[in-house]
Amino acid sequence: MIADLVRASTTFVDSEPVATILDGIAAVLILLAAFLTLAAAVGLIRFPDALARLHAATKPQILGVILVVAAIALSVRSWVVLLLLIPVIVFQLLTAPISAHMVARAGYRAGDYDPDTLAVDELAPDVAAAGRSELPGGGLDDEPGTAQGQRGGS
Amino acid sequence: MTDNSVAVVSETSRRASLREQLPLLVALVVLWMLLWGSLTPLTIVTGIVVAIAVTRAFYLPPVELSGRFNPFWFAVFLGRFLGELVIASFQVALQAFAATPVPRSAILRIELRTRSDFIMTGVSLAVSLVPGSLVVEVDRTNARLYVHQLNARTPDELEKARAHVLSLEHDLLRAWGSRDEWQAVRS
Amino acid sequence: MIDVVLSVAGGMLALAGLLLLYRVVVGPSLVDRVIASDVLLTTLIIVVGADMAISGHTRTIPLMVVLAVIGILGSVSVARFVQRAPSTSASGGEGEL
Repeated sequence: MIADLVRASTTFVDSEPVATILDGIAAVLILLAAFLTLAAAVGLIRFPDALARLHAATKPQILGVILVVAAIALSVRSWVVLLLLIPVIVFQLLTAPISAHMVARAGYRAGDYDPDTLAVDELAPDVAAAGRSELPGGGLDDEPGTAQGQRGGS
Repeated sequence: MTDNSVAVVSETSRRASLREQLPLLVALVVLWMLLWGSLTPLTIVTGIVVAIAVTRAFYLPPVELSGRFNPFWFAVFLGRFLGELVIASFQVALQAFAATPVPRSAILRIELRTRSDFIMTGVSLAVSLVPGSLVVEVDRTNARLYVHQLNARTPDELEKARAHVLSLEHDLLRAWGSRDEWQAVRS
Repeated sequence: MIDVVLSVAGGMLALAGLLLLYRVVVGPSLVDRVIASDVLLTTLIIVVGADMAISGHTRTIPLMVVLAVIGILGSVSVARFVQRAPSTSASGGEGEL
């Protein structure tokens, strides 16, 4: 069904030299995405602690995926394909920071970081001050229900 | 969980919540059609059905939008965000290959000026999406973000990282903040 | 030229996959493994996408979308699990969900 749509849809361009140039750009984008992925993997191996590794992990997740989607759009040259690929980018943009935040929070609380590599840690005193009774903040998932408007719905 | 509050919802607030959910419903229907890759009556109808079913089954408190949206400044924000994304991605990538790969990092407490959950979420997303900075912890009641910043050692660099998050907030408020908050930040 | 792109990009992606697999296996901590497997999934998305772009077909778009959607599930569920682990004293006072 999707293949039919792709075939039926209009293409960006038809002329031969332009197509070659677009294919070339697509190839460069793929190489860049592959480079970012490799750099992320190397960063994951070489960076000292879990929090630093998370930074290395974020870039193929965002820029790499955007580059590859752009490469597909350029090499297939169809508007429908571009529309089909938008959800991929939207989901990545929405979910990657959430999972990164949750993993970072879990990593911090589990002590999966090297305090020696931290120049400043302004979170630790606040955690200590809040004590065991209440951690600073409920994060994105724990709702204390105080600041929130009343809940409606059935 | 606040089970009791469900029982005392009045008719007016229910109607209001339906109106507040309308942008979400429209977005879900559009997403549904994008996933199917077609715009036919069938996908629209099934999309509406699925959107309503999903919002009923997985109920979330409505997000309070500010009621102000400036497309131009939002485009500026997006452009700036994309530029930073590209630059920071390659910076972190090069760092992975650098001879001394031990980056000194810092966890900063940043006091946001906004009180809106929506803006806070936007700032957190932008901060986390750009490689090199990451939201470790969120304090919603005090509107604080705890940001893990890669490569921040000297007080200068720490201040720069802090100012960077605040300027992201500034730009987002300019595009999407409520009138009061934008006036307060403007200066 | 396409062959060069294919082999260079494929080589980099394969090497990345191996390094990530090493991190998943070796750890040392659960969080490290989660991060690495998350990136491994993203690598898969990029491989699938690069294949489409290079060979000019669009058959695997649904696969790409599904991978992008489910990517969050693994890391989020494990993140909850790590937080609840008894070794983390900091999570003691957290409210019940």
